[in-house]
Amino acid sequence: MWTRLKALIVKELLAVLRDPRGRVILVAPPLVQLLVFAFAATLEVRNVDVAVLDQDAGRWSGELVHRLEGSPTFDEVIRVESPSALRGLIDRQRVIAGLLIGPDFSRGIEGKGAADLQMILDGRRSNTAQIVAGYLTGIVEGLGADAAARSDAAGVLVVPRNWFNPNLNFQWFMVPNLVAAIALMIGLIVTALSVARERELGTFDQLMVSPLRTHEILIGKLVPPMLIGLFHITLYVAAAILVFGVPLRGSLLSLYGSALFFLAAVVGVGLFISALSSTQQQAILGAFLFMVPAMLLSGFATPIENMPEWLQPLTNLNPLRHFLVVVRGVFLKDLPVREVASNTIPLALIAGATLSAAAWLFRRRLE
Amino acid sequence: MIAPGLHQGGEAAAEMPGRPHRLAALVLKESRQVLRDPSSILIAFVLPLVLLFLFGFGVSLDASRIRLGIVVESPGPAVRDLAESFRGSRHFDAAMGHDRRVFEEALALGRLRGIVVLPAALDEGRAGRGQPEIQVIVDGSDPNTASFVQNYVRGAVAAWAAQRAAYTDARPPALTVEQRFWFNPELSSRNFLVPGSIAIVTTLVGTLLTSLVVAREWERGTMEAMMATPVTAAELLVGKMLPYFALGLGSMTLCVVLAVFLFGVPFRGSVLALYLLSAAFLMPALGQGLLISAVTKNQFLASQLALMSGFLPAFLLSGFLFEIGSMPAPIRWITAVVPARYLVPCLQTVFLAGDHWPLFLRNIAAMLVAGAVLFGLAARSTRKRVA
Repeated sequence: MWTRLKALIVKELLAVLRDPRGRVILVAPPLVQLLVFAFAATLEVRNVDVAVLDQDAGRWSGELVHRLEGSPTFDEVIRVESPSALRGLIDRQRVIAGLLIGPDFSRGIEGKGAADLQMILDGRRSNTAQIVAGYLTGIVEGLGADAAARSDAAGVLVVPRNWFNPNLNFQWFMVPNLVAAIALMIGLIVTALSVARERELGTFDQLMVSPLRTHEILIGKLVPPMLIGLFHITLYVAAAILVFGVPLRGSLLSLYGSALFFLAAVVGVGLFISALSSTQQQAILGAFLFMVPAMLLSGFATPIENMPEWLQPLTNLNPLRHFLVVVRGVFLKDLPVREVASNTIPLALIAGATLSAAAWLFRRRLE
Repeated sequence: MIAPGLHQGGEAAAEMPGRPHRLAALVLKESRQVLRDPSSILIAFVLPLVLLFLFGFGVSLDASRIRLGIVVESPGPAVRDLAESFRGSRHFDAAMGHDRRVFEEALALGRLRGIVVLPAALDEGRAGRGQPEIQVIVDGSDPNTASFVQNYVRGAVAAWAAQRAAYTDARPPALTVEQRFWFNPELSSRNFLVPGSIAIVTTLVGTLLTSLVVAREWERGTMEAMMATPVTAAELLVGKMLPYFALGLGSMTLCVVLAVFLFGVPFRGSVLALYLLSAAFLMPALGQGLLISAVTKNQFLASQLALMSGFLPAFLLSGFLFEIGSMPAPIRWITAVVPARYLVPCLQTVFLAGDHWPLFLRNIAAMLVAGAVLFGLAARSTRKRVA
């Protein structure tokens, strides 16, 4: 049995590596993902422009504009003379925010009345706008604190501290996510293509009438994509540490242990899709139809807890969701082994379910 | 499935040698072909529905009930008051504790998004020992949520301080900052994600569907059969394009109806502007689809290329979710050639802000230029094949 299995696994690996298309799939998407996702997929806010309408023209409003110009977040601080000019800049999306400094700002901030300051933000990009509002408020509060220190007015200071990622570096969030995403993508495509290609060429029936048993064929189809997936995971983990400087605080061993079950679950889904489809075209569309929802409903880009209540339980069926917790946790948080295990159990269950469903479909087709 | 349509097209061309008739016959043939092919209906109407549901429900940047741990070190009246205002806020789901270590593990496991430490100094304050400091510890492993938690806590503390000043007769804080979010005061991320996703859906129809179907014709050799007829390359491309153009506008309409009536996204602009923008965007989208199919002439390669050069850039590099300004300069230059990048801000504007023609016209011009270039390339590679 072992010789038969070994022969099948070697044959499968060769089939992927010898096929020019297969080689393209192994090299192009991982490279594109690493380069484009790691740099482009950011919710950080940088290089934005703001407009300032300074009706005060006093000491403190001058200081505020000066601090805005010194902030690394803001590229350009555009001074405008009228509210309509400010409105035009926001309408055209030239600036994300406008600051309206009222005529009594400087007097107010020194404690002689209320300092009026209005922020106008472009709600068309409400996520960016809220982050910009946070930055602006931080700058204004700092100014207020400095002014208060001179006029001994007491206030409350809010001091934020960011655990696990002190500078809120977005790549520390995205690159570990990519480790999971690339394994999903490669595992699915390699599996879906391998069975569908055999179907199209008619070699799948030959495989079925060979002395190999169904579960042996299944293992033969399962192991090669898992090996390729592990190779890509290793590559991405190395890039995360060496190129992007993401700290690895947990144990690599538990990451790989969990990755085995994740890959088995992914390949199970891929085998299930290819068992259902009769051409390569269908297999590709099927893999695409699984991959897009799997990426969007996993916490990859946006947190699961923001989804509607009825949708959240459904995400438990998604293998990527569980593995993302493990990857992110092992990288940044030194996730305890107990927690890794509790996120790996659902992966094992998904793998068991999809692999047996695929085996059943293969056998049924044979009869 | 294709043969009868083709036969008819050939016949029509033979009977009616005039150019408009030939074109009409071609369009008729292509339309029938689209309507009879289940995969085009699937990509044009079912896939958009699935995607719009995913983007509308699954992708949300709005942290609605943030799970916080509130550490009360010594319960004086001010501390208790602030803790209660956190508990009462609809933004937070606050748990109370006396020791921060209780919450630290929960934060590490992702069960809490932040810990707020209320110092005893809040009650002793005004003694001139500087400002009391409220510490907010957030889970930086999700940076976007982390900065939202900071902002919300800051806002809650400021509101509490203002309120408290009003009834304790203390001097109100000198500095009040008023925030106004134009166009989207409820700050719902769905309001900008759903309009943006229409650009992605239209890209799928324009680029993926067109390249797949036309590549199949190349594979089957029916494209060469068409070339053997008196039809010119330009007519062939226009004939291919028109039905998909209509299909693209159709699935865009479906998306807009769903966006307004199901997701409740406000629509403040004009329908005319919306259709002009979509029509302009379909030029580069279809041009890209035709070019991909003419270059690859193979369904597998065409689908991969369409996903890599159409879907992924429309998703990542269009400003739909990720801010273009925050990307490094080389990637910002690349976004200049992604047609969806010009449509997304217009869609967000036409939905949320209303018609703003200077913005629209500039972007329409960019899309038409891209469309002209792509069509020129597609026509060239189609003609080359014939020679």
